[in-house]
Amino acid sequence: MDGSEDRPRGPDAAPRPPPRPFPARLRGLARSGPPHGPSRPEFWRSPLRGPWLTSVLGAVLLVGIIVLFTTGLLSYAAYNPGLAAVNDRTPGKGILGGYLFDWPTDPPWLYRLTQGLHVTLGVALVPVLLAKLWSVVPKLFAWPPVRSSAHAIERLSLLLLVGGGLFVFTTGILNIQLEYLFPGSFYPLHFYGAWVFIAAFAAHVVLRFATMVRSLRSRGAPAEPRTPAAGAATEPDGGTGLVAPAPDPATVSRRGALGTVLLSSLALLAVTAGQSLGGPWRETALLAPRGRNPGTGPNGFQINKTAAAAGVGAADIGARWRLTVRGGGREVVLTRSEVAALPQATAALPIACVEGWSTGDQEWSGVRLRDLAALVGLGERPPGVFVESAQRSGAFRAAALSAAQTGDPRSLLALKVNGADLSADHGSPARVIVPANPGVHNTKWVTVLDFGGAA
Amino acid sequence: MTGWASRYGAPPWHLAVMVCCFALALYAGWRLVQGDPVGVALWFVGAALLHDLVLLPAYTALDRGARAAARRVRGVRRPGGAAGRERGTGNGPPPAGHLRVPATVSGVLFLVWAPLILGPAPAYERTTGLPPDGFGTRWVLITAALFAASAALYAARRAIAGRRRRHGRT
Repeated sequence: MDGSEDRPRGPDAAPRPPPRPFPARLRGLARSGPPHGPSRPEFWRSPLRGPWLTSVLGAVLLVGIIVLFTTGLLSYAAYNPGLAAVNDRTPGKGILGGYLFDWPTDPPWLYRLTQGLHVTLGVALVPVLLAKLWSVVPKLFAWPPVRSSAHAIERLSLLLLVGGGLFVFTTGILNIQLEYLFPGSFYPLHFYGAWVFIAAFAAHVVLRFATMVRSLRSRGAPAEPRTPAAGAATEPDGGTGLVAPAPDPATVSRRGALGTVLLSSLALLAVTAGQSLGGPWRETALLAPRGRNPGTGPNGFQINKTAAAAGVGAADIGARWRLTVRGGGREVVLTRSEVAALPQATAALPIACVEGWSTGDQEWSGVRLRDLAALVGLGERPPGVFVESAQRSGAFRAAALSAAQTGDPRSLLALKVNGADLSADHGSPARVIVPANPGVHNTKWVTVLDFGGAA
Repeated sequence: MTGWASRYGAPPWHLAVMVCCFALALYAGWRLVQGDPVGVALWFVGAALLHDLVLLPAYTALDRGARAAARRVRGVRRPGGAAGRERGTGNGPPPAGHLRVPATVSGVLFLVWAPLILGPAPAYERTTGLPPDGFGTRWVLITAALFAASAALYAARRAIAGRRRRHGRT
């Protein structure tokens, strides 16, 4: 800070390179033209930039993005896309779905955890991503723009890395705010975008991992943050092209800069995490989309999509509502009171949405799905079930559940929640609730249960 | 390096990594652009350009402008002035960070939650059943609290520095 430019430079200060002999300069000009503006290394003045800062941020992103990518893949698996066309928003996935597996029903909070982690961590990593991009921005303008074939192809991969990273983060952040500005359906954009990004990310990690480890070791991660502000300027460049050759005096230490990034991440975490933790924590999610409850009482918990938004009217779910149970060549049609007269079971299960928010356990009661399968003679080993809603159009008006999900004793066609009849917005008169199931597959306003059926 | 590697500019394994990268990226990218190729390409490249050529220069200029303005306000000579260039009178801790940090945190909160802060999409209330208002107010209040906390911390640091100096002299 205090006029560090007047202090003698430390021993590790990069010495100024001697002027190149004239013929070499001339040849340089002839080959690539004169660098100017941000292409001159001297244009970049921050004394903070250097391999150490970039490596610290890179190491955080390395861990964070692996968690984001993994939880993202798990979310796709949670939809059980192999069961039916309606479960799969990216049917053209090919080998990108090679990892898919049957999504379990235990622990019941599994999707709550993986998807809450995915969204909350993604939000909290935004400052780290921005800081990382800031730390390497001189490289965007580096002169000459292309040094070799290897450099050219690597720069192209960096476009996929930076463009892909920003694309995936942006689509995710817009989607959780229901701001569907992106060009198409969220699922394919985010899923395929993530694969493009991860291809470039993996290559970048392979090419830069050794440099990252070397930079972190050379400065000593525990020692570095204590560097006083005035010392922030000095760091050997090590051929990275990140260190400013003529830096301005430091106005903040690297510790201060990293601290600001950390504080920004913590602030985002603080105003976001509550929507996934639920209970009394929800109120702390001051800026997150699901930081408040839609009312009080037994039905006063988060609604993914209201009846009005789904186009479900009173006529669809009133006295004329019927439940059709189909399977094994048989069909039974029931009124609400007939469903209520069947043996009732209860289960304490959460609702967890792909948007990252979730609720704590709600007390659901209704008829076990496997008991409904028994109505059509499939109670011994119930197959999967295809569930249809009174919702006439829009995504997720139907969903297929696996045999494991159908057979779980906690999987219900619920009529009540927390002791009261379901509200219209929560799927009255009857909805599916299955442990660890993504929210949209807990179909509301259920009209048809087709055991062993698919569409 | 062999002749081939020096022509390419990197060892062969570099090319192998790049081939794997583009093979996967093309496989996924082909699927990514099925719906709206132009829109997706615009978003992909546009996101990088918007960040690198608009957002980053904008916040850098904002920071530099704010610091220059602060220097003028305090009447500190710009060149030379070894002592107290960022610090003003050299009296207590430097104030710049105490403005920069809350501004950065507030800015990042705004960047992430801008759609809600500026007023959510019409679909928000209809879909969630939640009131759409209040996000902007809460962001302003959070911002005010951040600056207030930073100012309080600054005052405390200044008082401590002042006391230390007095005790040091006597």
